[in-house]
Amino acid sequence: MRTKTKNVEAIEKRFTVIRTLVGVGIALVIALALIAAVSDNPFEALMGFLTGPLTSINRLGNVVEKVIPLLFTGTAVCIVFACGQISLCIEGVFYITGIACAAVATQSGIAAGLHPLLCILAAGVLGALICAIPALMYIRFDTMTVVSSLMINFICLYIGKYLMHYVMRDPAAGFDASAKYEKSARLFKLFSKTNIHFGLVIAAVVVVVGFYALYRSPWGYGVRMTGLGASFARFQGIGVAGMILTASMAGGFLAGMGGAVEQLGMYKRFSYDGLSGHGWDGIMIAVIAQNNPKFVPLAALFVAYISTGADVVNRTCDVPIEIINIVQAVIIMFVAAERFLAGWKQRKIVQASQQAQMEKLAGEQKEGAEKA
Amino acid sequence: MNDLMTFVLSPAFANAIIRMSTPLIFVSMAAVLGAKANILCIAYEGMMLFAALGGVIGSALSQNLLVGMLCGVLAGSLIAGLFAYFVLVLKTKDMLVGLALNTLGSGGTIFALYVMSGQKASSISLNSLQFPVIHIPFIEDIPVLGGIISGHNLLTYLAYLSVILVYLLLYKTPLGLRIRSVGESPDAAESVGTNVVKTRVIALMIGGVLASFGGMFMSMGYTPYFTRDMMNGRGYNAIAAQNLGAGHPILTLLCSILFGAADAFGIALQTSRLPPQLASMVPYITTLVGLIIIGQARRKQEKKRALALGARELAAEQESASQGVKG
Repeated sequence: MRTKTKNVEAIEKRFTVIRTLVGVGIALVIALALIAAVSDNPFEALMGFLTGPLTSINRLGNVVEKVIPLLFTGTAVCIVFACGQISLCIEGVFYITGIACAAVATQSGIAAGLHPLLCILAAGVLGALICAIPALMYIRFDTMTVVSSLMINFICLYIGKYLMHYVMRDPAAGFDASAKYEKSARLFKLFSKTNIHFGLVIAAVVVVVGFYALYRSPWGYGVRMTGLGASFARFQGIGVAGMILTASMAGGFLAGMGGAVEQLGMYKRFSYDGLSGHGWDGIMIAVIAQNNPKFVPLAALFVAYISTGADVVNRTCDVPIEIINIVQAVIIMFVAAERFLAGWKQRKIVQASQQAQMEKLAGEQKEGAEKA
Repeated sequence: MNDLMTFVLSPAFANAIIRMSTPLIFVSMAAVLGAKANILCIAYEGMMLFAALGGVIGSALSQNLLVGMLCGVLAGSLIAGLFAYFVLVLKTKDMLVGLALNTLGSGGTIFALYVMSGQKASSISLNSLQFPVIHIPFIEDIPVLGGIISGHNLLTYLAYLSVILVYLLLYKTPLGLRIRSVGESPDAAESVGTNVVKTRVIALMIGGVLASFGGMFMSMGYTPYFTRDMMNGRGYNAIAAQNLGAGHPILTLLCSILFGAADAFGIALQTSRLPPQLASMVPYITTLVGLIIIGQARRKQEKKRALALGARELAAEQESASQGVKG
């Protein structure tokens, strides 16, 4: 009996992997079809999309640079989604915590080692506080987290725009940008020739800690059980409200860290003119990674790769970068589709159990024969 | 500030409220249908964007408003159909499909716009048509009232009409009964021979058509062209309106008008001396506050009901206890 359930489990696991790969494959095929359809020079555009990121050290560096913030937002969304909260706040948080970081990073006279730490901490705390709002609203008033968190995104955006235009604007910049960050605040580069910075190390730590917190700690167990079903978790004695609040705040903290690290590693001053899309990418990554931080690096690498590919064709060919949104949508839908390829899975499971049954029968017969 | 006060009290502001609530009414009615069938659809933003661009492109190519409208409805319904297929057939999580389709709406429209016109910001270069403005005879001559009620876009009147239609559909037709029964108890509905999936698909598709009109109002009425991400979260605001209205068409209409007023007020504020960035936040803050107020009210109501229930139980217990003593 045990081998039978084990077989079924293995099939289900393998099936999840295959479904993810097929989903990603379908998305790529649609992307290629679209590129081929709209481009005047389809072959060049296709090659640019698929292999463009590999063609120079610079572009390869771009991929890794893009991975860094996605590791933060991906892990953050994993934790929030694992708790059952479809919160979109991460997007707004990533933007506004960048501004919080800029506010600290432009202060002079802070020691070099301490400065980035303070920036990241300030951003993280702000992120946690913002993400607490929809969680509290859900706990206290049973509001839809999707709606409240999206409203908060817009509020973050406009508060950010206000701050950049009226409070933090550097007149010397000529547009809505902050003053230059102090040298003591910036994260140093890891490799010359690319912009890959120390944030990569911080991000790696975040992913590992996120994995252990979510899958190897009592807290993570509580969070995941809450995500599976609040009433079920409650019967197990889990403080559901506390889990929702702490998971949301943890996600907000990580996203805030990401917002700050991105600023300190990649930019000389804060110059975003709107939401950056890192939160949406984080959602896609969490869906591909099935809310498990363990798979976030791979998913983030994939997302960064195709978005660099889209960058390349956007710059060199006549394919708009928005193709990336289409790819994202298709991937999320197919990867999350439970019944997609379900017939195939069902057949596999039936086959496996039939086989197990046959083996068992054969074994019994053998035993019977031996006895006789 | 004084200018603002006089504007808010003027008929022009009432006119603006009616105008700004148009897309919200359409979409919140779609959300009412979805909620009654117990499907959580958040893909309205995507439907609106697709319909808005579909209508613009269709009318620009054909120079025929009816064809344009048809293209818009088809484009919006396409998103609704995708939602229905993925959620009801492939059993995908409703929230994720909704999010994905909204992403598709945002990126897909820009992609299509760029392919069609070579531009990404707006469709100004396409010579698209608009829905006509209706001047109601006689009523437009009434002093104050005429200025408020008359002179709106055709779609604005259709929006208010759609409230009545949705109400009649839900409460006076067999289909409406099926939609509500599927929403309240799918098993019971199934047992009396109602096809649950089919009924839900129908509710979603009617919602898709309504949301399409909401989207087309933005690009073929409110403004004469399509601009990038022009819904600005209105699809979500409408869900909040439906939520506040507890799914009832008339209450939902009132909430949509409230949010429309917030929208109009925000726009009015932008012309005042207040920073426009802060003025832009008004609709979103209103929605948040609205969600909190209704949540609080519902909580109180539940508590009262629980208390009443508890009191009744207590009374029953005492009665049985006293009977026991007597016996």
